[in-house]
Amino acid sequence: MLMTSGPWVWVAALLTLAIYSFLYKDNPFYKVAEYIFVGISAGYWAIFLWWNYAYPNLFEPLGKGKYMNIIPVVLGLMMFTQLFRRTAWLVRFPLTFVLGVSLGLQIVAAVEGDMVPQLRGTFSPFTPGALFGTYDFWTSVGYIALLVGVLTTLIYFFFSKEHKGILGVGARIGIYFLMIAFGASFGYTVMARISLLFGRLHFLFVDWMHVIK
Amino acid sequence: MKLLVAIYVAIVSLVLFDVGLIQADTHTPAEPDSVKIFPPKITALKDTPNDAGTSIDILWELSPSESLFPGAIIEYQIFRASSPESTFERVGAVPAGVSKFSDGGTEPGKPYWYKVVAVGDSQQAASEIAGPGKSVMQWFDRRRKGVLVFVILICTLIAVFIEVAKAKKGKMFLRHLPVFDAIDEAIGRATEMGKKVLYIMGQSDVDDPQTVASMSILARVAEKTAAYGTKLDVPCVWPMAMSMARETVKESFLRAGKPDAYKEDDIYYLTSDQFGYVAGVDGVMMRDRPAANFYLGAFYAESLIFAETGYTTGAIQIAGTAMVDQLPFFVVACDYTLIGEELYAAGASLSGDPIQIGSIRGQDIAKAIFFFYIIAGVVLKLAGINWLETLLRLD
Repeated sequence: MLMTSGPWVWVAALLTLAIYSFLYKDNPFYKVAEYIFVGISAGYWAIFLWWNYAYPNLFEPLGKGKYMNIIPVVLGLMMFTQLFRRTAWLVRFPLTFVLGVSLGLQIVAAVEGDMVPQLRGTFSPFTPGALFGTYDFWTSVGYIALLVGVLTTLIYFFFSKEHKGILGVGARIGIYFLMIAFGASFGYTVMARISLLFGRLHFLFVDWMHVIK
Repeated sequence: MKLLVAIYVAIVSLVLFDVGLIQADTHTPAEPDSVKIFPPKITALKDTPNDAGTSIDILWELSPSESLFPGAIIEYQIFRASSPESTFERVGAVPAGVSKFSDGGTEPGKPYWYKVVAVGDSQQAASEIAGPGKSVMQWFDRRRKGVLVFVILICTLIAVFIEVAKAKKGKMFLRHLPVFDAIDEAIGRATEMGKKVLYIMGQSDVDDPQTVASMSILARVAEKTAAYGTKLDVPCVWPMAMSMARETVKESFLRAGKPDAYKEDDIYYLTSDQFGYVAGVDGVMMRDRPAANFYLGAFYAESLIFAETGYTTGAIQIAGTAMVDQLPFFVVACDYTLIGEELYAAGASLSGDPIQIGSIRGQDIAKAIFFFYIIAGVVLKLAGINWLETLLRLD
């Protein structure tokens, strides 16, 4: 075992092991790694947000004469009013501004990005003679399952009526579809997590310990 | 033997070909002396329709060499300048036979000049300079009429039902979800055990509807913890979400008649880094052992880490998110899970806010319309009628 890596590889490896020690139980090594991680990441994000958002989008254009940017500057400064008890209520203005604008923008994005493609994708395969004709058996079954799944899941997410009678049957089928989808998603994501673990083990055994060439 | 040698040579050739030591002669042969590349002719510079004024369409007549000497032209290169005298910069290229290019790097209202160069193997010929062309911003993208129809429909329904809910003072039926009782049960358990309640709002800032829905549930949780005298712990990812959470919790304590019990420091910023936040929250779970953990909002890869750690501490766990990929983890590791839109419905129902309740009712009616739209779409499509699908076309 050579372990001739540079000092920063050692730091990264020891911090990795300190974080993994949490798998046994909470301990001083984990606490040290946790505090370092939280502290450094908080500082990093402060600088990251300044140089990637605030400065290029706000202060730099302001310096070039784009005086409309004074509005976000004022709204940003109003966030600091919460530091003083008498002016703390002013913080509601920037909060509601961000809330209103972003949620309004997301309505269009949700309709265009999620709803319309989902609606269209559900019934577009149903061309005359296509099911069990142009499409093979399992493809046809898949499209029918998609149609039934979308309709019954819509019923499940209907909140204005109790799920009784025909609505109850539809909602129950809908929850089966949801659980099948969750199961598939679970397996897929676990596979991705295993690959992340391999990445860390690769770092420990190859980059740090050099036990695998 | 000869056969074996032939097979061996074939395999070796294939391997060498695969690693690139032998290259297929796919390149156009050098032009004979008689070949001449004639320049294309720019016929129009048009503003690209239905965009934000950041693109110009360049159209040209193909070089006559395309028909006179087939295969002689490899591509057309498009060059742009801000004046006819200034240096032209290449903005793109299209293969031979194509006579249109959209330059997507323009500023609205600024004049540009273009030339198109027909490129052969060893010759090239540039068109005359054409210009000025300007890109103009359009207010409407006419291809998205269907989106407009649906946005108007949904917004109208929501607005109407908000007014109805206001008139009924929020007394509109919304289906009871088991998690409503579970919230009170979890806080009651924490109170009995003398431990705190941990509330996680997810990784998104206040611009995410999931965070907004989470605030409504936080208001209910805070009101209950204030009434029972149970400590509430809210570590935050984003400063703005923290400010909003503080306002929400402060109001809840006021509603519960315990304004003096409100402690601003219980709602605190941890870090905006995803896994730094996870490390911090896991530490809180292991050291303080909260009796009830709430994970409500937008979650990403940290969902399973939270839920697993919380499970090992024996806390009652209530989760809810609209992040489809993370829902399975909450479903398997938490006691109660709000699936997708149930998060918004729970937020509306628990807050009793007529605006939120009316909004959920309006969305329900929209869902019913979409339900029948899909059925009608399938029936009409099978009958060869496509207009319901055409309305949804985005391109």
